[in-house]
Amino acid sequence: MNPIYMDYAATTPTDQRVVEAMLPCFGEIYGNPSSLHGFGQEARAAMEGARAKIAAFLGAKPAEIVFTSGGTESDNFAIKGVAWANRKKGDHVITSAIEHHAVLETCRFLEKEGFRVTYLPVDGDGLVDPADVVKAITDRTTLISIMHANNEIGTIEPIAEIGRIAKGKGICFHTDAVQTFGHLPFTVDELNIDLLSASAHKLYGPKGMGLLYIRKGTRITPLVHGGDQESGRRASTQNVPGIVGFGKAVELAAATLHEEVVRLTSLRDRFIRGIFERLDGIRLNGHPARRLPNNINLSVESVEGEGMILSLDMMGIACSTGSACSSSSLEPSHCLLAIGLPHELSHGSLRFSLGRGTKKSDIDTVLTALPQVVGRLRAMSPLYAEQKG
Amino acid sequence: MGQYSEKVMEHFARPRNVGEMENPDGVGKVGNPVCGDIMNLYLRVKDGVITDATFKTFGCGAAIATSSMTTELVKGKTVEEALAISNRAVAEALGGLPPIKMHCSVLAEEALRAAIDDYYSRRRKKPL
Repeated sequence: MNPIYMDYAATTPTDQRVVEAMLPCFGEIYGNPSSLHGFGQEARAAMEGARAKIAAFLGAKPAEIVFTSGGTESDNFAIKGVAWANRKKGDHVITSAIEHHAVLETCRFLEKEGFRVTYLPVDGDGLVDPADVVKAITDRTTLISIMHANNEIGTIEPIAEIGRIAKGKGICFHTDAVQTFGHLPFTVDELNIDLLSASAHKLYGPKGMGLLYIRKGTRITPLVHGGDQESGRRASTQNVPGIVGFGKAVELAAATLHEEVVRLTSLRDRFIRGIFERLDGIRLNGHPARRLPNNINLSVESVEGEGMILSLDMMGIACSTGSACSSSSLEPSHCLLAIGLPHELSHGSLRFSLGRGTKKSDIDTVLTALPQVVGRLRAMSPLYAEQKG
Repeated sequence: MGQYSEKVMEHFARPRNVGEMENPDGVGKVGNPVCGDIMNLYLRVKDGVITDATFKTFGCGAAIATSSMTTELVKGKTVEEALAISNRAVAEALGGLPPIKMHCSVLAEEALRAAIDDYYSRRRKKPL
């Protein structure tokens, strides 16, 4: 059987057209964009071309886009940068309990430095309540950071509303949009955001490439010091091939964004409908409607996640799990615990995330395979009571 | 998957001795759903020799493989010989386990010991 990849939320294959756009930047347009000579200026032009494309896509100005090494660096830069820059005004940060580790660990680091962080709870569907944001704001709050959509359970947060609240209080608002950039239609003004993190490898672009959108006028301390690249905000000779690739990836995504939303939503819903018809004792995690078009997160009763992943992998099907047994820390997914899932159900969770290469036949193949996998593991499980008669 | 040996994958894909036993002579139940690992081990003992062993496990690939291997290792051994089987022996029989999965072999050893303890305590309760 042909392998079926359903882990696009983890990473995506780099589109061949992106690779082709990047190739000249290795051997031909290889100058340092900071160099004054022709080689450098040619590289600078390629880089600025990509920057302009990306800015236009976001509804931002090119000067507001800073290139980084990825979503994780962007999250670190945004949160540390704003917290440090505003230290004299305040020392309180508000975020949510279901953020990506890149946000949570950065916040925990700031706490060790003496900052105070409020981790807002989420409801059973993974939604942050804007009223909780209002309640948490103090006169020492200098940053609010809430992810646009959750990578595990797919829930899309009310960012525009939270942004409005932040704007009303003059508080800087950051969103980790790694899962939504290029996948959902939006502009930075529509969402009322001051900072946005994005990553190329989630969008059929190269790994090791990301960006931070910084609204003009935002006070931020650089994370990486050195030369004055990126207008003095992020030192280092820019990754020109990566940037050009990122620009191409955005161009390709922009061209098909709306059709892909429709197509993936239809495939996702086919999967969800189909699996509930074929299996009992399962639960969909995350909001049923306010959810990423490509995300399916299920808890399967009586079986463990890594066992399911292994069995599916043996059949050539790739997906992921929030089970403790699959993580190097042996801790279950903090997202699944945050939505109130009992430990047993978080151990039996599976995430399928669809993408450009996913076909209807892939969905149907998995709809046949998954019940077989679950059936085999349930037969071995002391937790599964066979329905008799 | 890269992290598991061939033997582990073999026991995971084709586990031996799956199932509950009717009228077992010893049952060991260890682990809990909070941890994400539960092993039930069942023993049939005749004249001090383990003639049959089965298991039911809720857990990862390593948990299922160690359960399966444990049932294979104890069959035909005396109860005393089975008591001497360590988690390292189970892991070695499987061609080794990734360090982070060694705790599954520990759980299998605990299930075996619990089953043997249960066998002994049932014998003590038997009227002479």
